[in-house]
Amino acid sequence: MKKGYFGQFGGQYVPELLMPPLLELEEAMRSFMPGEEFKKELRVLLHSYAGRETPLTLCPALSARLGFNLWLKREDLLHTGAHKVNNTLGQALLAKYMGKTALVAETGAGQHGVATAAAAARLGLACTVFMGEEDVERQAPNVQRMRLLGARVCPVGSGSKTLKDAINEALRFWIAEQRTTHYCFGTAAGPHPFPTLVRDLQSVIGQETIRQSREIFGRLPDVVVACVGGGSNAIGMFYPFVLLNEDAGAGKTGGKVRLVGTEAGGTGEPGCYSSASLNLGAPGVLHGQHTMLLQDKDGQILPSHSVSAGLDYPGVGPEHAYFKQTGAVEYAVVVDSRALAAFAALCRSEGIIPALESAHALAWVLDNAASLPRGGQVVVNLSGRGDKDMDIIRKCLPELCG
Amino acid sequence: MSAERLTESIKAANRQGRVALIPFITAGFPDLEKFWDILAELDEAGADVIEIGVPFSDPVADGPVVAAASQRAIANGATLAWLLRELAARKERCKAPLVLMGYYNPFLQYGLEKFAQQAGAARVGEVSGCIVPDLPLEESAAMRAALATENMALIPLVGLNTPEERMAAYARAASGYVYLVSVLGTTGERASFSPEISTALQMANRNFAVPLALGFGLARPEQLEGLPFRPQAVVFGSALLKQLEEGGRAADFMARWKQPSAGF
Repeated sequence: MKKGYFGQFGGQYVPELLMPPLLELEEAMRSFMPGEEFKKELRVLLHSYAGRETPLTLCPALSARLGFNLWLKREDLLHTGAHKVNNTLGQALLAKYMGKTALVAETGAGQHGVATAAAAARLGLACTVFMGEEDVERQAPNVQRMRLLGARVCPVGSGSKTLKDAINEALRFWIAEQRTTHYCFGTAAGPHPFPTLVRDLQSVIGQETIRQSREIFGRLPDVVVACVGGGSNAIGMFYPFVLLNEDAGAGKTGGKVRLVGTEAGGTGEPGCYSSASLNLGAPGVLHGQHTMLLQDKDGQILPSHSVSAGLDYPGVGPEHAYFKQTGAVEYAVVVDSRALAAFAALCRSEGIIPALESAHALAWVLDNAASLPRGGQVVVNLSGRGDKDMDIIRKCLPELCG
Repeated sequence: MSAERLTESIKAANRQGRVALIPFITAGFPDLEKFWDILAELDEAGADVIEIGVPFSDPVADGPVVAAASQRAIANGATLAWLLRELAARKERCKAPLVLMGYYNPFLQYGLEKFAQQAGAARVGEVSGCIVPDLPLEESAAMRAALATENMALIPLVGLNTPEERMAAYARAASGYVYLVSVLGTTGERASFSPEISTALQMANRNFAVPLALGFGLARPEQLEGLPFRPQAVVFGSALLKQLEEGGRAADFMARWKQPSAGF
């Protein structure tokens, strides 16, 4: 496979001005990340600062109803409220090793922005976060958190004023500030080496899940489900399982684990905007990568939509596009209303308020329970907590809020 | 001989003792029809090459002026298909060779071979090359091959941070001219050049056999003073678009740049 590619997907479709910093980053990954010193420092940060490892929690009430054991991988319990901090601590540490003094990041829902701002504060780096004007408005509490953590938040008024435009603006900023600044990309997408870097930093999710499954129920799960926007929590969960499945295919271990990614279908009305680029998009080039995109016939990128801002992106990480093509992972579409129903179910049945993003993964399990193995073990990656979603929940589920 | 026309046109200007002028205008800006008027006006005013921007929704190498023009052109209905159709249908011919500058995805969706054939055939020899800012050397093989079948150039962009070995690699594949980005940043006017521009100019000059066009950030001819030598060509986009936006005439903008300049 060509360097930086996953099958036909991936690559480095960036202006020449960004090639030197991307090559510098690739070299830094090679020289620093395998070292014992780096690995130890990151392990300590993840454990004592971010709160790893995260539990694998059984949902007794839902399990009784569903006829199989439903487990949640609790990334929602991490510092700053989501899996994002696994990535930002790793990248911030790498930036320090590279001698950079600042981070720049894009953010949609604000979770990656908050996680970057926290990592920057912790490691003594300056931090600039670009965020679409529309997101600044609908995710105001996260803007406040970023500012409290010392980040400069720059609202982006160009294009659709959401995540994709924030990425454009962060890339522009990085072109100009590359000598001092590392671009702390938030998801397993963008130009090589970001999809690989973010995947490797998030793979701790899947690695822990494998270990915990063996400890708790003595084997691998039957099914593992994660939501996919750009796809960083999903790739972190799936990738270690894909490697195991490849071994299983070669006859080394037991049966394969079924892996299911859930994309956001938007309202589900005919012709509505969605964020389901794997299922509803076509191959194309955006943000430095060849991947599946929501686009018109002229190759202009379409606006995306989802009730969960964190899934609201018209592209997807290139490795997911590859896994869809090879069949290593299945990808389903979950519409807003089903995600909201799953959100309500988890709140009331288990006392856990999930992020609306993660509710898309849970919804697939609840809606497909009949086809899942009775008495089996099903894991959902609970990628984040729902505190940030209170405004939208008050609007969409007023009956739940009393 | 299309790619060679670009080189020849720049050299012809230099033989007249001046820097070749390469204005950039976004296709379909300020509206679908006025764009063609401006194109004709630029050609009449003595442009040596004209770069036509193919609009894209997410132009990461562009500053606010070009990005806004692109957004407006899309809203006006400008597409690559429209541009190629009009280029084929219109009778007026430009004296200056044309270069289409746009991001990769619209070309990719149109089909690289189909695009090259239609652009090559549209007005024989007139569309002489392409600039695709999000195609670095590593990703450019498919586009370069498609353009080569019609003898069109894929014009490389290099910058202040491009190491010499990368410049040399670009130089091996270059035809038409090479575009030296004068700032570590996006398109848009700058008050002055960074001191690093001298080193980059000299490095580009010793690596490339094709003429050197300096662009990004240019608004006034005086900006060229103080450079170790004059580039063979200059590209101006944002300053021109801004002038057009404010109701100015393309010909007036060109006139400022047309004075014979020292160094040739």
